[in-house]
Amino acid sequence: MALKGLDIFKLTPKTNCKECGSPTCMAFSMKVAQGAVDLSKCPHMSEEALATLSEATAPPMKTIKVGTGDAEYSLGGETVLARHEKTFVSRPRFAVNLTADMDIDAVMAEVKKVDYDRIGEQMHAEMVYVEYTGDSAAYVEAVKKVCGIGKTIILGCKDVEAAKAALEVCKAEKPILDGADASNYADMVEAAKAAGVVLGVTGADINELYDTTAAIEKLGYKELVLDTTGADIKTTFATTVQVRRACLAKNPDRTCGYPSIVNLSKIAPNDEPMQIALASMFVLKYGSIIVMDTMNYARALPLYGLRQNVYTDPQKPMKVEPGIYPLNGGDENSVVLTTVDFALTYFVVSGELERSGVPCNLAISDAGGLSVLTSWAAGKFSSTSISKFIIENVEPKIKCRKLIIPGKVAVLKGDVEAKLPGWEVIVAPNEAVQLVKFLKDMQAAGEI
Amino acid sequence: MPFNGKSGKFNASINTVEIGCGEKAIKIGGENVYPFYTFDAPIENAPKIGVMISDLGLENEPAGVKAYYEGCSSFAEIAQKAAAMPGADFVCLKLEGADPNGENKSTEECMTVLKEVVDAIDVPLVVYGCKNVTKDAELLTKAAEVAQGKNVLILAAKEENYKGIGAAAGLAYNQKVGAESAVDINLAKQLNVLISQLGVAPANVVMNVGTAAVGYGFEYVVSTMDRVKAAALSQGDAQLQMPIITPVADEAWSTKEAIASEEDMPEWGDQEARGIGMEVSTAASVLASGSNAVILKHPTSVATISALIKELV
Repeated sequence: MALKGLDIFKLTPKTNCKECGSPTCMAFSMKVAQGAVDLSKCPHMSEEALATLSEATAPPMKTIKVGTGDAEYSLGGETVLARHEKTFVSRPRFAVNLTADMDIDAVMAEVKKVDYDRIGEQMHAEMVYVEYTGDSAAYVEAVKKVCGIGKTIILGCKDVEAAKAALEVCKAEKPILDGADASNYADMVEAAKAAGVVLGVTGADINELYDTTAAIEKLGYKELVLDTTGADIKTTFATTVQVRRACLAKNPDRTCGYPSIVNLSKIAPNDEPMQIALASMFVLKYGSIIVMDTMNYARALPLYGLRQNVYTDPQKPMKVEPGIYPLNGGDENSVVLTTVDFALTYFVVSGELERSGVPCNLAISDAGGLSVLTSWAAGKFSSTSISKFIIENVEPKIKCRKLIIPGKVAVLKGDVEAKLPGWEVIVAPNEAVQLVKFLKDMQAAGEI
Repeated sequence: MPFNGKSGKFNASINTVEIGCGEKAIKIGGENVYPFYTFDAPIENAPKIGVMISDLGLENEPAGVKAYYEGCSSFAEIAQKAAAMPGADFVCLKLEGADPNGENKSTEECMTVLKEVVDAIDVPLVVYGCKNVTKDAELLTKAAEVAQGKNVLILAAKEENYKGIGAAAGLAYNQKVGAESAVDINLAKQLNVLISQLGVAPANVVMNVGTAAVGYGFEYVVSTMDRVKAAALSQGDAQLQMPIITPVADEAWSTKEAIASEEDMPEWGDQEARGIGMEVSTAASVLASGSNAVILKHPTSVATISALIKELV
């Protein structure tokens, strides 16, 4: 339960020394209670007070860090069950399932082909899940092959000795050891502790998973992820949802407060469309690591698009970089269209422009990431901002002097024309979907 | 101590709406839990899948869809083949040829196609307009009359044309009324209120709260559906308890990901696999967010989503 400011105040030294940056201990306590300031800012807290407070102020769901360097990722740390309540924070990561009998180099060469930028975010499979199949020596060899390739490693191994041997070769990369269950958890905790890695917990059903996790917490190890994969699709979905719901409930059950792993290679093996469907559901509903057979564009394009959408902060609009985007082979002689930098607007407009097949240049200026009418009302998409952008960025590069502005700001036509001598300003239709016909008609009439 | 989770069962539930008649009639809605939360309470009616066919025929369809309908020479045959698609529960006829910005077919021409389809199949039918509000007002009003006695769902009445379509479908000809709004909970509720003020019973209304393909502002779709279901179930808002139907096929198959040919984007690989990926991902996502029915078109997508629903319910 969240503490009140007064409860925290009772544990402070009450000296008002200001070293924490707040004018009084009371003010500091209130800020901590709101989560605005971290408790550690106060240098004078007693050990005892710190222990009491950090337990009570700890978030209901832990943030677990895995991997190293560029392949370090934060998992969990969510505070809400639906994004509209606040925002989701740690996007799910995709792992490719590997076994020792595969040609791992060949599989990874295919997987690495998917690595692209989507609105400022690099999209690729971030992790590999190396599954143990009974041959310890072959397993270690397989793990060696995925070391140092910039992917976070997950060891899917319930055999303690094999796990230890594999950890020896890869522990520097901060892998996840997904292998503790009701029968081996004590040894697995020891192995994970010794190597300093995150431990994955599995269970035959949600009760066994819960009890094993509770037992591991008793042993003092809390760097955990919960493998919520069950025997089939239905139980996997049920366990994943119920665990997340329990840790974010009004009275959080902290034993459930860990990120999850769902392994689609187990519940829908070799079925690409089904894995895409399931991965989509688990992106929405509470998968932290999603394991699949492979990563290719048929999977990546929908899944990364969905993930990027759902993990945007509702309070911060998605924006595209201002600039000139040539479409359909547009060059310096192609017509110029302009709109705002709100990502949704950009996607809808560029999509329709592409459908039209007419070569053109889409000029995007900085409009604060707002939609056309909103940014116009806020003064961020005005005749001044448009003409400034055109003169500074478009005129040096584009020879065509025809500019198409959104239909919703038709009122700007006169002003823009006045500020852009030499340009012909054309008003587009109100809706993006009408652009296809509009441009095709213009092309047919020889106007562009 | 075993896991002790609180049940998420609600006292309120989603309306049950029946579409079609006879043995193959379907029921959608009726649940009193969040989508697929069978661990809280059984799902009353599993979500249903429709197959979209167009009055423009098969010309613009992807190869896998064309191959499925190979040999079909009339709309009646196409409709029957669609009804027989493994995993399909109903057929959705899209009268896109009526669009004044497209082929601009007359209402009479479209009704000939509709009549042919109505007579050919015994599964429930959804009639989908051309998205032009003026033309739809005329087209769908007539469609409600032509399909009389078949208990079809008319998609859709919008804020601009709900009066004519709502009255014809919901009052005069006893069909089901689809209420379409643009990805906003308040607009969805407002339209439901307006349609109920016409005198259409809530049990005869199905919502289309709008959609996008995944990657295209889909967060608004998720949040709208999440909020609609939360209002309907946890707050018992009767004006949002209508089941939701989501046409996925058009959105998914018109994205760049589905349209770009392999020559244009060689690194993206097989074009059809990309289209199927967009369609199943969007369908699974709207189902997980609360849709009670989806409309798809590729046989692989229909089979996959049907299997997914069977696994989960």
